[in-house]
Amino acid sequence: MTTEGESSGFAIHPMDQFVIKPLFGGTEIYWYTVTNVTLWMAIAVLCIAGLLVLGTRRRAIIPSRTQSVAEMIYGFIYNMVEEVTGHDGVKYFPYVMTLFLFILFANLLGLVPTSFTTTSHVAVTVTLALMVFLGVTILGFIRNGIGFLSMFWVSSAPLAVRPILAVIEVISYFVRPVSHSIRLAGNLMAGHAVIKVIAGFASLAVVSPVVVGAVTAIYGLELLVAVVQAYVFTILTCVYLRDAVGGAHH
Amino acid sequence: MVTEATKATGQGGEAVGMPQLDFSTWPNQIFWLLVTVVVIYLLLTRIALPRIGAVLADRKGAITNDLAAAEELKQKALKAEKAYNEALAQARADAAKIVAEARAGIQKDLDAALAKADAQIAAKSAESEGRITEIREGALAAVTEVAKDTAREIVAALGGKADARSVAAAVTARMKG
Repeated sequence: MTTEGESSGFAIHPMDQFVIKPLFGGTEIYWYTVTNVTLWMAIAVLCIAGLLVLGTRRRAIIPSRTQSVAEMIYGFIYNMVEEVTGHDGVKYFPYVMTLFLFILFANLLGLVPTSFTTTSHVAVTVTLALMVFLGVTILGFIRNGIGFLSMFWVSSAPLAVRPILAVIEVISYFVRPVSHSIRLAGNLMAGHAVIKVIAGFASLAVVSPVVVGAVTAIYGLELLVAVVQAYVFTILTCVYLRDAVGGAHH
Repeated sequence: MVTEATKATGQGGEAVGMPQLDFSTWPNQIFWLLVTVVVIYLLLTRIALPRIGAVLADRKGAITNDLAAAEELKQKALKAEKAYNEALAQARADAAKIVAEARAGIQKDLDAALAKADAQIAAKSAESEGRITEIREGALAAVTEVAKDTAREIVAALGGKADARSVAAAVTARMKG
């Protein structure tokens, strides 16, 4: 990037894939500008609609393959919500399902070559995590009133230790959205950047077979990461939701 | 240099540092994310989730019903088998009874016929016995008569004048001896 000649010879720009560009020309990005973010989020919506709406349109007792996948995801998330948050948490199942599906499809679509990974952006994951954090906090106060604060007062610990624990609990509570969001964005960004860096070495003919093998292996790993991170984000959402729904007791 | 390149990211150029930390794009991303999440949420709550939930419930109901029906049919089959076995046992018992009756009847007829036949045979043999005795006696008398006649003729042939009575007495004496 310093001179034109260097970049044509051996160019590795692992972060280029994360650049946000307006789709229809222009240079400024306003909040309403249609960008590649818009495009790939829309594709995610279409995929979700295809799987869960189109795939189940026949409402078959004996499901087709697509319907059976949709039912499997439904059952998986439903059971997760019910097991982690208890029976009261089931009414927040559509919200958890929305988060899971969006993250899962954004992650998987990000693995399509030359695509754009919306969940690799901290802005997106921070928004998602804050939605969970604020939602859980507000819900906790609505359901438990001021008693929600007793979550920070560990009644099973000796009285002398409780203030210290309370401070730790409060800090950990506010750190939640940070770890919740950075974990997802960090995992995806790192994985995609690594693939790009290694792929950049393919221009050296000597190492290119090794590079192809390495990229294939990391791609497989990234597929796993894409699904596991969607799962992790969702189950943490359920765990946080339990604090609000299940009262202050752990 | 860095500031220039950072401006260039907006124009679709190369990235310098992390595009994630380019806060000028945050409002755009957050806006479109909220739109996306709301659309997905509406899709799920209005169409997909109620539909899948209904399908799962239907299937569960259908499976429960089918299992109940299967259980009922199984009970029916068991009942039918039991009835069949009972009928079979009954038929066997009846058959055995009929066979025994038939055997007894035949035995009775047979005994009667045998008794009748025995009686007839006894009668016949008694009758025959009488006839044989009669024939034997007749034969004996005839032999005596023939002996007397023969003796008389022999005496006459020898030239003697035989007294019929004495000849008869002599033959009778001889015959007794």
